[in-house]
Amino acid sequence: MLQTIFSPLNISDPFADMRRQQSEMNRLFTGSRTLGPSACYPPVNFWAGQDSIVMSIELPGLTEQDIELTVKDTMLSIRGTYPDSEKGDDIVWHRHERSDGTFLRSVELPFRVNPDQIEARFENGVLTVEMQRPEDDKPKRIAIKTT
Amino acid sequence: MAQDLTTQDTHDVTTTNGDANRRAMAFTPAVDIFERDETTVIMADMPGVAPGDVDVTLERQILTLRGKVKPYAPEGYRLLSSEYRVGDYIRVFTLSDEVDQARIDAEFKNGVLRLELPRSPETQPKKISVKAA
Repeated sequence: MLQTIFSPLNISDPFADMRRQQSEMNRLFTGSRTLGPSACYPPVNFWAGQDSIVMSIELPGLTEQDIELTVKDTMLSIRGTYPDSEKGDDIVWHRHERSDGTFLRSVELPFRVNPDQIEARFENGVLTVEMQRPEDDKPKRIAIKTT
Repeated sequence: MAQDLTTQDTHDVTTTNGDANRRAMAFTPAVDIFERDETTVIMADMPGVAPGDVDVTLERQILTLRGKVKPYAPEGYRLLSSEYRVGDYIRVFTLSDEVDQARIDAEFKNGVLRLELPRSPETQPKKISVKAA
């Protein structure tokens, strides 16, 4: 009897797509006020549950007002502005390693999420977004009848 | 203009936690260092650190910034993609002797540590008059 190993969530494929789309999106939207030659967008971590997904992103120095989080179907977008670094003619800079400017990052999620069931928490510079899959979107278990 | 601070690179210092038998990664936080009005300001990015877990110690002229992070692991989830790793922070600086150690001010907000290091008034540059021989 032939046995096929079938990964139900098929994580590997959409995941590779997600990464590729993320880098494409980031190149398109590199932020209007980025200082310096390279765009700096904050890295994200993803945690997957049965029918939910958690995203965590490190945004030190920002406040809830500086962050804009939008969700539409499978697309999650984060826009943020780092607080203005000190400016002035009397400033002497020794080191400038921290991020600056505006960033916009769009991520394609593996499934649609319910915008009413999203919980976003910002603590100590880390934004955690917990998203649930809408009930009607969840895969249904189909009963098999034996004749 | 003399450089006040020199940094020591402590990239990914791995410390073995004997009790939990786990290797904890320690990271170097990104800093901004600038000087204005006789005060040097250091701002260090330490996201994920609670205000009580920040440690700033000054021994002689060695300034050590330390931050402890509680690893975030939501219940019932598995890590799908990780673009950044989570770990404690540590960074060491050597201050010049021009810094007034008694008046150093530290503030921690939203994962950013801000240190203000004022310059001692006695070490203002002195103008030495040159006599024409």
